[in-house]
Amino acid sequence: MLDLTWMAWTWQTATFFAVILALLLGMTVWEWASPGGNPRVGVLGLRTTRGDRLFISLLGSAYIHLAWLGLVGSDLRWALALSIVYAIGVFRFV
Amino acid sequence: MNKTWNNRAWLMVLPVLLLVAFNAIIPLMTVVNYSVQETFGNNLFFFEGVKWYQEVLNSPRFHAALGRQFAFTAMILLIEIPLGVAVALAMPRSGPWVSVCLVLMALPLLIPWNVVGAMWNIFALPDIGLLGYGLNAAGIEYNFTRQPAAAWFTVVLMDVWHWTSLVVLLAYAGLRSIPDAYYQAARIDSASAWSVFRFIQLPKMRRVLTIAVLLRFMDSFMVYTEPFVLTGGGPGNATTFLSIDLVKAALGEFNLGIAAAMSIIYFLMTLLVCWVFYTLMTKGEEQ
Repeated sequence: MLDLTWMAWTWQTATFFAVILALLLGMTVWEWASPGGNPRVGVLGLRTTRGDRLFISLLGSAYIHLAWLGLVGSDLRWALALSIVYAIGVFRFV
Repeated sequence: MNKTWNNRAWLMVLPVLLLVAFNAIIPLMTVVNYSVQETFGNNLFFFEGVKWYQEVLNSPRFHAALGRQFAFTAMILLIEIPLGVAVALAMPRSGPWVSVCLVLMALPLLIPWNVVGAMWNIFALPDIGLLGYGLNAAGIEYNFTRQPAAAWFTVVLMDVWHWTSLVVLLAYAGLRSIPDAYYQAARIDSASAWSVFRFIQLPKMRRVLTIAVLLRFMDSFMVYTEPFVLTGGGPGNATTFLSIDLVKAALGEFNLGIAAAMSIIYFLMTLLVCWVFYTLMTKGEEQ
């Protein structure tokens, strides 16, 4: 059995990475079902594919969580909700 | 023309993916794991949640190091980019001096970073170094081990000496790629030297200059070895940039949780800037 104790796993971080992996797998299936990445020019004036939109969503969500931690507090449920709304906005309009 | 899509080509990048997984993704995952835990050694960890992130984000020490880091990067870009373009414009376009200039420009880039730090440490020493002794002999009180302003001056000067050449070489490559027809047209229109620069050379150098800005931003934002060897982050914390502070927290104080949280925040900042530059570059190409 592969010993991964040196990586100091916790169930919380494992869940986090599992969600990221699930998102990537989901995007792969989406790309397989509808190839080409659905490129378009959105409100930012940038030509984005759905992969770009996922990246912008994840990076923006990281900053939303950091801003919440720095300015509001350690309860991140509202930051998560805000991130989901932000990601929906990115996928709809960017 | 219809393009043929064959996703099996992605299998070709599998070896690179494995390599990146082992040297980047797995260590990054480990850092994320460390950033939510406390450890006292012996591979024993205690879950702390987002405590370290909050501590880092509200830490005056982190804010100060980040401020110094941005100030250093801004200075480097404001000096090295215009200076590099000016030197590239002054270099000969043909003849035997081209090779001489190119070799001279490439020399600083070949010196290892820690050697550059050691060289400048000796060069700037006030009692025996040429720069330090010369400045003091000229009546300018200079001691980079005691005066923060002198330490900053030396660190910035060292970086300019080491890395302006990169901007010069990139700008020169951009200039060389401009066809002669543009200059001939400018001569017919009796264009001034400034107009040639503003409307021909600068637009044609846009792409290489974007790469130069990106490379210099990344390098100066992650700078560690040269200032560490030169000043060790001092005097006091005057030249303790983010990377030096990070190493102090991780290895000097063994605060692995705080250091890991700092690393993730540092990584996110780098990622954002990379994305912005990449977007600007590809947007320029589309236009």
